[in-house]
Amino acid sequence: MLMHPKRRKKLILILALLAGTGVIVGLVLYALSQNINLFFSPSDMAQGKAPAHQRIRAGGMVREGSLVRATDSLKVRFVITDFVENVNVDYTGILPDLFREGQGIVAQGKMNDEGIFVADEVLAKHDENYMPPEVIQALNEAKAASSGAPKSNSQAIATQTVKETSK
Amino acid sequence: MTESSWRMPRWFHQMGSPKWFYGFAGILQPWFAIAALGLLTWGAVWGLAFAPADYQQGNSFRIMYVHVPAAILSQSIFLGMAVAGAVGLVWKMKVAFMVARSCIAIGATFTAIALVTGAIWGKPTWGAYWVWDARLTSTLVLFFLYAGIMALNQAISERHIAGKATAILAIVGTINIPIIKYSVEWWNTLHQSSSFTLTAKPSMPADMYLPLLLTVLGSYCLFALVVLMRTRSQIVQSQSGASWLMQHRDITGA
Repeated sequence: MLMHPKRRKKLILILALLAGTGVIVGLVLYALSQNINLFFSPSDMAQGKAPAHQRIRAGGMVREGSLVRATDSLKVRFVITDFVENVNVDYTGILPDLFREGQGIVAQGKMNDEGIFVADEVLAKHDENYMPPEVIQALNEAKAASSGAPKSNSQAIATQTVKETSK
Repeated sequence: MTESSWRMPRWFHQMGSPKWFYGFAGILQPWFAIAALGLLTWGAVWGLAFAPADYQQGNSFRIMYVHVPAAILSQSIFLGMAVAGAVGLVWKMKVAFMVARSCIAIGATFTAIALVTGAIWGKPTWGAYWVWDARLTSTLVLFFLYAGIMALNQAISERHIAGKATAILAIVGTINIPIIKYSVEWWNTLHQSSSFTLTAKPSMPADMYLPLLLTVLGSYCLFALVVLMRTRSQIVQSQSGASWLMQHRDITGA
């Protein structure tokens, strides 16, 4: 039962079709890669990769201790960072439940003349780690006991715990 | 790749025989049914009722016990459909085209479930039902591919030609599968990276991970069961009147 030459030819044809389409799609995606990215990082914005005076999305971590809420309105100001560059963000509205300092977010809006990103939509980015609350609490307590200062449930801790527990 | 190494095993050619496939699938079906029922029930009850809540999302994370299996299956079924189609094209096996045809609606259903559950989860977690990021968009494209393949398959009444056309579209469509899979790594997306991989340590404790593993395995068994059932019914339709079929105990009830 040797593989018939006709069949082999067909199989090669199918593989060639697949490879050809793959190359075409690959090149298209490569050419479009900047448009496929959902958001610009603060570094991209600092390097001028993000178009000015256009509605864009900016994404990064909310820097610890940077969130300031207005007392008389829903206005908030915070800093997003990719640990290289920072961007100040202004937003008026209700923040998603998962919004907190140390958490990744994606904000949509425009850069104003003073270099502040005025957002009209803020989305919380969730990472791939899941953890029961008791574990986080125990970890925070252990951390507070060893360092002397209580810390918030930041993403950094969660990532760390996963690495620690999976060891 | 010398010619002698291109030998296909015996079972491969046996599977191409409608009679043999019908009987073999009939033996496998009850086992897949039991496995699917058991694994899905076990995984769902454990995941939805007993697994601990997430420290940030609370109980809303539990939708992943439906979302993740549906998303994994939507891609696996597409690959399976394309492979079956390719086998049909190369070896001219009618049964392979039937298997590919059986896959279409099942895959489309799983894709729809993944999209809908993702949207339901996205609203409380991200703050939006839908975002045009690479993962979500490529999955929507997958759904449209299934829809196109389904339409093409239905539009041609001659089964063999329909099978060939469907197979070519399915094979070309597989380009989308690596795009879906790696979209979260190649581009900035709102969708998080995979929590569930076979190559890396799970990013959640065993109490959360194991129910997910059970529902994923259960979904594969459910898919296998439905694909065998649908293929058998196509065999019955195409072979109606064949003497071997008339004597089969499934038909006569003996």
